[in-house]
Amino acid sequence: MNELPQQLVNGLLLGSMYGLVAIGYTMVYGIVQLINFAHGEIFMTGAFGALTVYVYILPDGTSMWVALPLMLIGAVLVSVAVAVGAERFAYRPLRTAPRLAPLITAIGLSLALQQAVWAWYPQAKSARTFPTIPGGPFNLGNVTIQTGDIFLVVAAPLSMAFLAYFVMRTRTGRGMQATAQDPDTARLMGVNTDRIIVIAFALGAAFAAVGGVAYGLKYGQIDFKMGFLLGLKAFTAAVLGGIGNIYGAMLGGLVLGVAEALSTAYIADIPGMDKFGSQSWADVWAFVLLILVLLFRPQGLLGERVADRA
Amino acid sequence: MRQRSLIAITAALAAGTLTLTACGSRDSGGDKGSNSGSGGTTVTIGIDAPLTGDLSALGLGIKNSVDLAVKTANKQNIVKGVTFKISAKDDQAQPSSGQQNATAFVGDTSVLGVVGPLNSSVAQSMQKVFDDNKLVEVSPANTSPDLTQGTDWQKTKARPYKSYFRTATTDAVQGPFAAQYIFNKAKKTKVFVIDDKKTYGAGLAKTFTEEFTKLGGKVVGTEHINPDTKDFSAVATKVKSSGAEVVYYGGEYPQAGPLSKQIKSAGADIPLIGGDGIYDPTFIKLAGSAATGDFATSVGAPVETLASAKEFVANYKAAGYKEDYAAYGGYSYDSAWSIIEAVKKVVDDNGGKLPSDARAKVTAAVQNVSFDGVTGKVSFDQYGDATNKQLTVYSVTGGAWKAVESGTYNGG
Repeated sequence: MNELPQQLVNGLLLGSMYGLVAIGYTMVYGIVQLINFAHGEIFMTGAFGALTVYVYILPDGTSMWVALPLMLIGAVLVSVAVAVGAERFAYRPLRTAPRLAPLITAIGLSLALQQAVWAWYPQAKSARTFPTIPGGPFNLGNVTIQTGDIFLVVAAPLSMAFLAYFVMRTRTGRGMQATAQDPDTARLMGVNTDRIIVIAFALGAAFAAVGGVAYGLKYGQIDFKMGFLLGLKAFTAAVLGGIGNIYGAMLGGLVLGVAEALSTAYIADIPGMDKFGSQSWADVWAFVLLILVLLFRPQGLLGERVADRA
Repeated sequence: MRQRSLIAITAALAAGTLTLTACGSRDSGGDKGSNSGSGGTTVTIGIDAPLTGDLSALGLGIKNSVDLAVKTANKQNIVKGVTFKISAKDDQAQPSSGQQNATAFVGDTSVLGVVGPLNSSVAQSMQKVFDDNKLVEVSPANTSPDLTQGTDWQKTKARPYKSYFRTATTDAVQGPFAAQYIFNKAKKTKVFVIDDKKTYGAGLAKTFTEEFTKLGGKVVGTEHINPDTKDFSAVATKVKSSGAEVVYYGGEYPQAGPLSKQIKSAGADIPLIGGDGIYDPTFIKLAGSAATGDFATSVGAPVETLASAKEFVANYKAAGYKEDYAAYGGYSYDSAWSIIEAVKKVVDDNGGKLPSDARAKVTAAVQNVSFDGVTGKVSFDQYGDATNKQLTVYSVTGGAWKAVESGTYNGG
């Protein structure tokens, strides 16, 4: 059986989840040059927000078709609240501080959020089961798509289209571009940069929340650590695609996901490479790819060559 | 302005620290039940297990079962003039945390024995610390053969540490036992072997593969997964296209659950079989309906069916622990009890008092214990392994693990 189409689909699905989370890294970096390492935890709190809506707010036995939009709203609300809170109380006071200070704060915040969910969310000390969409998998030729993945298939492109429209067509979106290019001039031109920064954090968080719900639906379980590795991968995707570029984040995610799936599937078949082909090596190959891309295109796949501002 | 934000940050940090401290003290507690009314010596039995995180279902079962053993010993006044208490430490399934806990236990002079850990990889980091201080360690769950028989156990068996014992059977027995069941009873000849590269999982996969190919079975593919991820779709697709009839997984339930689910939903309707690391209700919870028909081997006969275990199960329920006793409850109880028996012997031999070199004497006494425990006769061979080598195959039917058959593995 030719497993290539299925492996490509596996990779693309994983990659679109990376992409959704990567958008948050790239937008915040594009505007304030901060690598928000707590973003993986914002993704995690979003998933827990959705779970809260399903388990503790909605009555038992609510149909997933009714529950899903409400869960999505819950997830976005929690994620945005956490992100905006983080911006207001952790990052804004440090905006004029040396670059390392907000970076360390972000790492600290990431640990604090993990531990807070671990300590206070009911039964979150081990994985909690997440509701899944009923219905069998769909077969297109010899490619199988799970019901849980349908959400991702629909949500990822829709989110992307919305973001593109927002950034390109709306006043606030153009304000964001202006702030990214030159915050001081933008402020002189009447752009409320504080507000723009908050919106960047909030938008990134909303996409992470969508990613969090997609994660729960796809794997059927969420835990307090889920944001760590995924956040790291999403950050890698953002760098791969060119950090600061929102299309780059999505593309970087897809490339990373496909690279992981294909290296799991095929590296072992290359003669002499059978030791390096298993899934535990997929991360290694993903980072080899990152290094190769950065060697030839230091600005990432879609990045613009900018003077070093970081 | 600057100063005000500094104050805010400091306050936030302080609040965070307080929270973390609070968590720490909550978890190291749990000995409220034992009373020290008799006024004699207090002996602490340490517990090291993952009390938080993915594997906490198993770890908390160990902790509660040891607690039950200690309470029973106190109530029946097994050792006159000695009150036992427990001190539970969380190793989060990390070798580094395990070693820190071991050092802490060694530093506490009231600790005369430790039950744990759950993970073979954690045990590796603790053995030397305990052995240097002659503190006895009895694991209810470690199954890696080299912990008792040395890294070269397949050729020359040599016991590395005299203070390490276990009540669980080893992978040297469990892997082949699974292989025989799959090949002879379930009549499957093509297997896909997956492991998580940890000491336990890789060891199990290796001993399984050896026996399975010896029997005439065929390994149609192997994979090593990354235990940090939950996405096994690429692996599941490989399993499907390999044409395997069964998947053997060497690892634990946090990965085995999603793996089983993703293999089935990729379209490969074949059972997954694993070792005692997947024999837990959480596995079924994580895999959902996909778990139906999956197998696990676990050490000993099912605790519920043993006459000797009825009392344990009844007492455990009566004690009202929040968590289940899980896969290792009976073994943990027996591990703790072997330490209690050893302390009793040492105290009796010394005219009713603890000698000054109690740790070394207790270690020596554990080697010779022999009693009827929850899981059957408990005694240790010259390597520190349990002499009871019974195993059971379980399968998931109707959303729960059901025993299929018990037996002892001979040969190999």
